[in-house]
Amino acid sequence: MTLISKPASAPIVTDAVIVGAGPVGLFAVFELGLLGLSAHLVDALDKVGGQCAELYPEKPIFDIPAWPRITGQELTDRLMEQAAPFNPVFHLNQQAQSLSQQPDGTWRLETSAGTVFHTANVVIAAGAGAFTPRRPPIPGIDAYEGKSVFYAVRDRSKFAGKNLIIAGGGDSALDWALALTDDAASVTLLHRRDDFRAAPDSVEKMRRLVAEGRMTLAIGQPSSLEGEDGHLTALNITTTDGPKRLPADALLAFYGLKPQLGPIAEWGLNLNASTVLVDTEKFQTNVPGIFAIGDINHYPGKLKLILSGFHEAALMSQEAFRRARPAERLVFRYTTSSSDLQQKLGVA
Amino acid sequence: METGKIVVTDRSGDRHELDAVQGWRVMELIRDQANDNADLKVEALCGGAAACATCHIYVDDAWADRLHPPRDEEVQMLDEAFGVTDRSRLSCQIIWSPDLDGLHVTLAPEFD
Ligand SMILES: Cc1cc2nc3c(=O)[nH]c(=O)nc-3n(C[C@H](O)[C@H](O)[C@H](O)COP(=O)(O)OP(=O)(O)OC[C@H]3O[C@@H](n4cnc5c(N)ncnc54)[C@H](O)[C@@H]3O)c2cc1C
Ligand code: FES
Repeated sequence: MTLISKPASAPIVTDAVIVGAGPVGLFAVFELGLLGLSAHLVDALDKVGGQCAELYPEKPIFDIPAWPRITGQELTDRLMEQAAPFNPVFHLNQQAQSLSQQPDGTWRLETSAGTVFHTANVVIAAGAGAFTPRRPPIPGIDAYEGKSVFYAVRDRSKFAGKNLIIAGGGDSALDWALALTDDAASVTLLHRRDDFRAAPDSVEKMRRLVAEGRMTLAIGQPSSLEGEDGHLTALNITTTDGPKRLPADALLAFYGLKPQLGPIAEWGLNLNASTVLVDTEKFQTNVPGIFAIGDINHYPGKLKLILSGFHEAALMSQEAFRRARPAERLVFRYTTSSSDLQQKLGVA
Repeated sequence: METGKIVVTDRSGDRHELDAVQGWRVMELIRDQANDNADLKVEALCGGAAACATCHIYVDDAWADRLHPPRDEEVQMLDEAFGVTDRSRLSCQIIWSPDLDGLHVTLAPEFD
């Protein structure tokens, strides 16, 4: 597999762009590959596997055909192995953002990182949406976002010499609290309880810094922000001993990720609430060349199961082939008996 | 199958009496009876696996001691919820049985 997180300078030309590298997007690589079509995948996460890898890597799934029991992460790993012969290219940490049609009828898709694709087929395998940081519902927080309230660290030099509050109890919160102690003027770690689910080793380091007086630990939850023009001066928190005011220049909040439909809603597709309507022959949307498979789609009788997405990927690929190779004929073949397919899989 | 009622206060403060069925999760009872009422909707993204914290509720004082205590998994997931109090629970981790007839819960605020 190839991982790319920096944008390429020239547009990438490919048979299909798959939006979402969840289980269904990964299996689509395989089905497209059997028909000789290449694919690039875009995902907002820093890893592949979608919900299976992000929400339940350790939990067993019991309804994957021929796998009586397989965890979310194992399923992801197997799908990657199955897709490997087709050399999928992954563009992680970025969202598929804008989509437009070119004069020749193909699509131009651009990501939030500036990667541009030219393709005959856009396959939306976006699940419940792009995994994006949860924004705490503090009144007026939007005005501070990107200026003094952040949900990720892109440029750590920004925090040098600042009084920071880092909220959360997981690995992201602890890792950044530890990493920024030396650069920042002060670091206060804010968590709702005095117990942390982060790696024990990080928790131990944090406790030591707190004992040495190099980090402050506050037990409570944010309630309101104080500041002007998006520049934070203090965070008010609620604690078991009543409200408290924590002076600060910046807040880094790590409350996990949550899927959000995002820009796909503006692509001119027929939607049903936050799902995309498709036909059940090609799993195509109302716009030819744009498909939707897996949890993101809707049709009569739809079941949001991984196995449904697999079937949808196979049927979608037939139409994607016709669009990408209009002059060629599609022949139905089995992987067990076709030497052509076996060559593609590298097993012949 | 034993049935009964639960009382749910929605995000705008309205009370709803909902049907309860033995073995159903409180999250499922609310989700399946919210219809189109956005204030009564629980997102329940993970379908009840204590993996998303989008089914956060507050249990009424009178009921707090009558529920089984949360497992570690639930407590850890509540770290990703907002406005957590000592009455906070994930409604997918409360399975309704006749001894919870009349259980009163309030929906917690949603994330943006
Ligand atoms: C706790 C839990 C247990 C489950 N158990 C089962 C089970 O037992 N059996 C079963 O069949 N199903 C189960 N499911 C459901 C199953 O996980 C989903 O059906 C499956 O993950 C859907 O796969 P998908 O590829 O369609 O979408 P997802 O897995 O949601 O992946 C979509 C990916 O697309 C990305 N994305 C979306 N929009 C964009 C964008 N604009 N730009 C970039 N990236 C984007 C997202 O970041 C995400 O990684 C369970 C789900 C949960 C949460
Ligand atoms: S439904 Fe996801 S935690 Fe309850």
